[in-house]
Amino acid sequence: MKKNLGLGLASAALFSLFSFSAQAQSPAEKVYVPHGKHDKYYAFLSGGYNGQIGVYGLPSGRLLKVIPVFSVFPMNGYGYSEETKAMLNTSYGWIPWGDTHHPELSQTDGVPDGRWLFINENNTPRVARIDLRTFETEEILEIPFSAGNHASSFITPNSEYITASTRFSIPIPQKDVPIAEYAKYFKGTITFVRADKPGKMDVAFQILVPGYDYDLAHCGKGPSNGWCFFTSYNTEQAHTLLEINASQKDKDFIAAVNWKRAEQCIAEGKYKEVETKYAHNYRPPEGDRFAKTEWKTKVKWIIPKECPGVIYYLPTPKSPHGVDVTPDGKYIIGGGKLATVIPIHSFDKMIKAIENKQFAGEVEGIPILKYEAINHCELPNPCLGPLHTEFDGRGLAYTSCFISSDVVIYDYQKCEIVGRVPTYYSVGHLMIPGGDSAKPWGEYLLPMNKITKDIFLPTGPELPHAGQLYDISADPRKTKPQLLLDVAELGEPHYAQAIPAELVAPKTLKIFELEKNNHPYVTKSEEEAKVVRKGNEVHVYMTAIRSHFTPDNIEGVKVGDTVYFHVTNIEQDWDIPHGFAVIGAKTSNILIMPGETLTIKWTPKAPGVYPFYCTDFCSALHQEMQGYVRVSPADAKVPIKYGTGDEMKTVQ
Amino acid sequence: MSWISRGLIALASLILIGVFFVPLWKITLWAPQYPEGLSMYIWVNKITGGNPHDLYNINLLNHYIGMKPIKPEEILELKIMPFIFGFFIVLGLITAITGNKKLLYTWVILFIIIGIIGIADFYRWEYDYGHNLDPRAPIKIPGVAYQPPLIGCKKLLNMEACSFPDKGAYIAVVSVLLGMIAAGIEKFRK
Ligand SMILES: [Cu+2]
Repeated sequence: MKKNLGLGLASAALFSLFSFSAQAQSPAEKVYVPHGKHDKYYAFLSGGYNGQIGVYGLPSGRLLKVIPVFSVFPMNGYGYSEETKAMLNTSYGWIPWGDTHHPELSQTDGVPDGRWLFINENNTPRVARIDLRTFETEEILEIPFSAGNHASSFITPNSEYITASTRFSIPIPQKDVPIAEYAKYFKGTITFVRADKPGKMDVAFQILVPGYDYDLAHCGKGPSNGWCFFTSYNTEQAHTLLEINASQKDKDFIAAVNWKRAEQCIAEGKYKEVETKYAHNYRPPEGDRFAKTEWKTKVKWIIPKECPGVIYYLPTPKSPHGVDVTPDGKYIIGGGKLATVIPIHSFDKMIKAIENKQFAGEVEGIPILKYEAINHCELPNPCLGPLHTEFDGRGLAYTSCFISSDVVIYDYQKCEIVGRVPTYYSVGHLMIPGGDSAKPWGEYLLPMNKITKDIFLPTGPELPHAGQLYDISADPRKTKPQLLLDVAELGEPHYAQAIPAELVAPKTLKIFELEKNNHPYVTKSEEEAKVVRKGNEVHVYMTAIRSHFTPDNIEGVKVGDTVYFHVTNIEQDWDIPHGFAVIGAKTSNILIMPGETLTIKWTPKAPGVYPFYCTDFCSALHQEMQGYVRVSPADAKVPIKYGTGDEMKTVQ
Repeated sequence: MSWISRGLIALASLILIGVFFVPLWKITLWAPQYPEGLSMYIWVNKITGGNPHDLYNINLLNHYIGMKPIKPEEILELKIMPFIFGFFIVLGLITAITGNKKLLYTWVILFIIIGIIGIADFYRWEYDYGHNLDPRAPIKIPGVAYQPPLIGCKKLLNMEACSFPDKGAYIAVVSVLLGMIAAGIEKFRK
C-alpha cells in the first residue's frame, strides 16, 4: 500500500513535470504583461495599403506605434510639414500614399541587430529605411525601371544590400507599345540597393531579366551567402486574365542571383550605364532634420549574357510565391501556391549542378538547371496553397497555407511533417522572431490572415485583419503549439519581423538635443522668437514650452500672405511633445518632439483674428496653450507685431 | 603637536580636496508622471542635474508655482564656497607643517562655525525659494509653501522632495572629525 502510494506520487510528479513544459500556464497568463513590465519582443507588421508599419509588443499583441513611411500621417504632420514632405517625392511627382509589404531588420552575420528596419513600396517602386533609435522613416529610395516592387526589401547577411524587383514586368525603358506585344517588349529588373550606409542608399546595380512576374525573395546565408533567390510566376508571359493564363505551366522559376558575381562584373566594367531619373529622399536624424530630395540620374545594368554566372533559374512548381532559406543556409524552400508538394531545393546540389552544367535549357542567356539535379525533396501532401515559410532554429520549417487555412510544421532535412496548426482564416505571411535569419528566436509564431469574418466584434463591412499568436517555445515534435491570442492588426500586414526588445529599447532616443538642432528656422529660446516678413511670406519663429507659445499674439499678417509657423519645442523632458494647429490650415497638425523644429504652412483667405493652439495635452494648463493671429486686408498698413505676455515687439 | 595629530590634520586637509570633485548635497523630486525622478546636485561651485536636462526641467515645473528659476551663475554661495574650502585646506596644511596648536584649535572651531553658518544659509536659501513666490503664479494654494526639507523627505503638492547630504558633505564631516580628534589628542595629552 505504502509502496503503491509512493509510486503514485512519483508518477504524479513525473506527469506534472511533463505537462509543465509548455501547457502549464494558460494562454491568458502567457500573454499578460503586468503593469510595470514590458513586452519581450518588438514586432513590426507592415500595414499593406495603409503605407505604414505597425509596431506591436509581443506577447501582449498591444499596438505601440504607427510609423508612417510612404503615406501622409496627419497625426504628426508626416508628409505635410515642410521638414517631411520631401520624403514623398518620386519621379512621378509628390505621392501621398504607398503600399508597404515586407519589413526587414538590418542584420549582422545573418542575425537581426536592431539598427534599422527596411520596407518596400509595391505601387510606386520604393524602399525605405527606418531608424530604430527614433522609429522614424529616415530615408526613401525610388527604384527606377520597375513596377510592382514586391520581391523587396530582403536583406543580405551583413546588410550590404536589400532587394527589389518587378512583380509587374513593363517595357524597359518605358514606351508606348501595344499590350499584346508583351513578350516582345516587356522586361523585368532585379535590383540590389546599397543598404548599410545611412544617408547614401542607392541602386548598386540592376539585372535585366525576362518579362515574368518576380514575386518574393530571400537571400542566402552561411554557405549560401552571396546569393539571393527570387520567385517568379507568369513564365507564360500572359498580359491578361493571369489567374488562368499564368497558371498553365507545371513549373515556374526561382531565380538564383549570385550578387558577389554581380559585384565582380561591375568591377570589371561588364555593365551598361543608363540614364534615368529617380528620387533619393533623406531626413537626417540630427542637425536640421530637414528632408531633402536628391535626384539621381544613372543606374548600372547587368545583362545576364554579358555576365555569365550571375543568374540561374531553378524550376519550381507551380507559380511559386514565397522563397525562404533555412537558417543554416543549406536549403531553399519554394511556396508553390498551386503546387501539391512543397519543393525543397539544396544549395549544395545547386552549386554542383552549375559546376556539372546540368542544364535543362536557357532563357535570354540564363541557364535553367535540371529540377532533379537541385531538388533535395518534395514535402508530400503538405496542405493547400503553400505560400511562405519561417524557421524556428530547431530544424523545423513552418509554411503558411492559404487555401487550407493552416500552418504545416515539418523537418525540412528529413522532409517529414511533424504537425500543423489552424489559422483564422486564410493565412498569408507568417512570422517567427528572427524566423528568416540565421538565428531564429523560436518562441512565438504569428500567422497573419487575410480573412477575419467572425474573429472580432464586427465593425461594419471593413474588418481588422487577425493574426494568431502561437507559443512554439516547446518543440512541436513533442508538444502541439498553443494558441495564445488573436491580434487585431492595422491595414493588411503582409510580412512582419520581430526582435528581442533588449536589442532595441536601450538605444531609443528620449528627446532631440536642442543644442544640436541647426534647423534654418530654429528658435532656441523665447528671447529669440520673432516674426519676419519676406515679401508675401511671413516666417514665425515660435517656441513651445509648457504651457505657452512665444509669440502667442501675432499681427501684421495680410490676406495673400503665406505664413510659415516654424515651431521649436524647447522642452528637454521625456515624453513632452507639443502640437500646433491653426484654424483653416489645409495641411495638418504638427506634433513636435522635444528639441525638434517643425514647420506648417498656412494661407489665410479673409481678414479676421484666427486662433491657434497646442493639440497635445501637454500639461495642467494645456488648454491655455493658445494664441491668435490677426489677418488684415491685403492693402492694410498694420505693422508686424508679436509677443507673449506684457511685452509686444513691433517691426517697423 | 604630536606627529599623530599633525598627521591627522594633514589628512583632514588633504581629503578635503575631494569636495571639489563630488557633490555636497542632492535634492530629488518624484511625481506620478516623473517615475524616473528629477534630481539636482549642489557642488562647491555649481548646481547640476542628475540627468543633463534635470535642472532645466525643475525650473520649468517650478514656474507653475511661481518659484524663481534656479540660476547657478547668480548664486553667491557657489562663488564663495571654493575659497572657504581652499582656505581650510591651506590652513590645515600650515597647521600640520608648523605644528602650531593654536592654529589647530582655530581650524576646528572655525570649521564648525562655518559649517553651521553654511547649513543655516542653505536653509535660508531653501526658505527663500520655497516662500518667495510670484504672486501671479498659475498655481496658488493659500498657506502652502514649497520649501524642500533640509534633510529628509517632504511632499510638496504632487512632488515628493527628498534632500540629503552627498559625498562632499560626508568628506567635510570626516575632515572635521579628524581635526577634532587631533585637537582632542593635543588637549588631553600631557
Ligand atoms: Cu502643449
